Amino acid sequence: MYVAVKGGEAAIENAHRLLAEKRRGDPAVPELTTEQIAEQLSLAVARVMAEGSLYDPDLAALAVKQARGDLIEAIFLVRAYRATLPRFGNTLPIDTATMAIERRISATFKDLPGGQLLGPTFDYTHRLLEPGAVTDGTRQPVAEAPVDADADAEPIPRVTDLLGRDGLIEPEVDGLDRPVGDLTREPLSFPADRDLRLQALARGDEGFLLALGYSTQRGYARSHPFAGEIRMGEVEVELDVPELGFAVSLGRITVTECQMVNQFKGNAEQPPQFTRGYGLAFGHAERKAMAMALCDRALRARELGEELTAPAQDEEFVISHSDNVQATGFVEHLKLPHYVDFQAELGLIRQLRAEHEAREAGDGTREAAE
Amino acid sequence: MTAPAYNFAYLDEQTKRMIRRAILKAVAIPGYQVSFASREMPMPYGWGTGGVQVTAAVIGPDDVLKVIDQGADDTTNAVSIRAFFAKVADVATTTRTEEATIIQTRHRIPEAPLHEGQILVYQVPIPEPLRFLEPRETETRTLHALEEYGLVHVKLYEDIARHGHIATTYAYPVMVEGRYVMDPSPIPKFDNPKMDHSPALQLFGAGREKRIYAIPPYAQVVSLDFEDHPFEVQTFADPCALCGATGVYLDEVILDDRGGRMFVCSDTDYCEGRRGEAEA
Repeated sequence: MYVAVKGGEAAIENAHRLLAEKRRGDPAVPELTTEQIAEQLSLAVARVMAEGSLYDPDLAALAVKQARGDLIEAIFLVRAYRATLPRFGNTLPIDTATMAIERRISATFKDLPGGQLLGPTFDYTHRLLEPGAVTDGTRQPVAEAPVDADADAEPIPRVTDLLGRDGLIEPEVDGLDRPVGDLTREPLSFPADRDLRLQALARGDEGFLLALGYSTQRGYARSHPFAGEIRMGEVEVELDVPELGFAVSLGRITVTECQMVNQFKGNAEQPPQFTRGYGLAFGHAERKAMAMALCDRALRARELGEELTAPAQDEEFVISHSDNVQATGFVEHLKLPHYVDFQAELGLIRQLRAEHEAREAGDGTREAAE
Repeated sequence: MTAPAYNFAYLDEQTKRMIRRAILKAVAIPGYQVSFASREMPMPYGWGTGGVQVTAAVIGPDDVLKVIDQGADDTTNAVSIRAFFAKVADVATTTRTEEATIIQTRHRIPEAPLHEGQILVYQVPIPEPLRFLEPRETETRTLHALEEYGLVHVKLYEDIARHGHIATTYAYPVMVEGRYVMDPSPIPKFDNPKMDHSPALQLFGAGREKRIYAIPPYAQVVSLDFEDHPFEVQTFADPCALCGATGVYLDEVILDDRGGRMFVCSDTDYCEGRRGEAEA
């Protein structure tokens, strides 16, 4: 007898056991620790923290391990955990001007106050597989920073602040006259304000934003971008405590910030100014921050009075499809049984085919729409 | 069995309150899609996160839960969701339609008539009945506000012109209480008439799309049609091969690669109940 769909429970349990076994792999090979993942796969961990919207390298490393290296699955694990966490309040905006900088580059000026600091970058590596270099365990000594990196050093000014001093770039809006939005607590509606758009982009899939950002460079809403500045390093996170009357530090987090400087706007009243696109992501996540900045700039089209012609400018299109946890869920749910609906389609198509056959058979008097 | 780390029925009480408010609004405006701040659930979007959140918000310790997918209690996702609530809410579960106080469903309405006091929770993938005619939410909300439903009728008419029939076989749009056109979720249109004047409360949850809507008990639900092309449900030539039921929705089961097939009840509880009676 075929109709033996019973046993779903045992099947699920067995599938989970098999998954655990596959996750572990060959037991003769030492098991990865989450510390190893956090330390040695730190860019994967950063991506999980950024798109999981939760700054916790240990949990992100655990998620990467549990997900067998499937980063979208790991992001999902972190998101589901995050949804259960209570909210105590909003921190003060982080101040990236006071960042303890690990990397800082500008593509718009050869030299500038604070200098160019390459930091740990793949940019000028030759992409040759080098098993020895990454596995023999020996470490080349790292060059000492030529400048004294003591905490009292002058903060390194942001390129956009330097441009802003001369009025060459549009001023950044300073804060909001309402609490900052949170699309994980309030349903998003369109048109969405920039704070919510930036939140959605910060959580958005790196690959999706990368492709959209790329499309703007290839002419679909071109904005003539320059990487004004990319900086990566630690910033202080502070929370205002009303009882104390001052802000207390909660700790430091690593973020990557990208300020794109884009072609100018101006009108009869206002002289031309460069415009901004902004990207910020947890951890070292340069590709994400840059793609986000391109998308942010494209999505400001309406605000800047630009013609809406390209997908990257279409906020409903971009924001509704940028979340990879949502996207993967809906795409993958096609795996779930749909046989009731398929039966309905099957019935209709058989009926339509039978009617077609009857007509072909010469019964020409029948109306198509009987 | 209860996981101590999580609140009763998984969601925290603030979230449940937020969802209950959305449900109350939805009940007050039958067929209207209420936005809610859908949470990330520990199962993927597309697996019924909307339905799970609605169930979690309305379930109490005394409830008896039934979960079906494609009409069956033993499909893997139904098993998984039932196990989830058994774990996080420690509630009694059942496969018997009559015994359940809450029935969470994907793609079917049970064959056995529902009664007062029962809640039917639908899992909804795309809550917007106009979505495939107009992809923009900003536009569709305006169309609903203006009661501008010409597009749907044009779509149905085009089906007739092209195929001789309305070619929508599931997720067939309905008009609720003469005001809102509503997506009944991807149930076969066979089930549409069961929604009309049902004594049970019908709640619809769409997690990824962040919408909740409702049909209160005894509300009027009319499937859209034309005077000369009245709404019709699917009929099956043969009765259920297992229990002999007629006038129910059947699944086609392929038996071999030579065209052998049989048709059996999609509602496994209904089918088993009838076979049990026959043996008794």
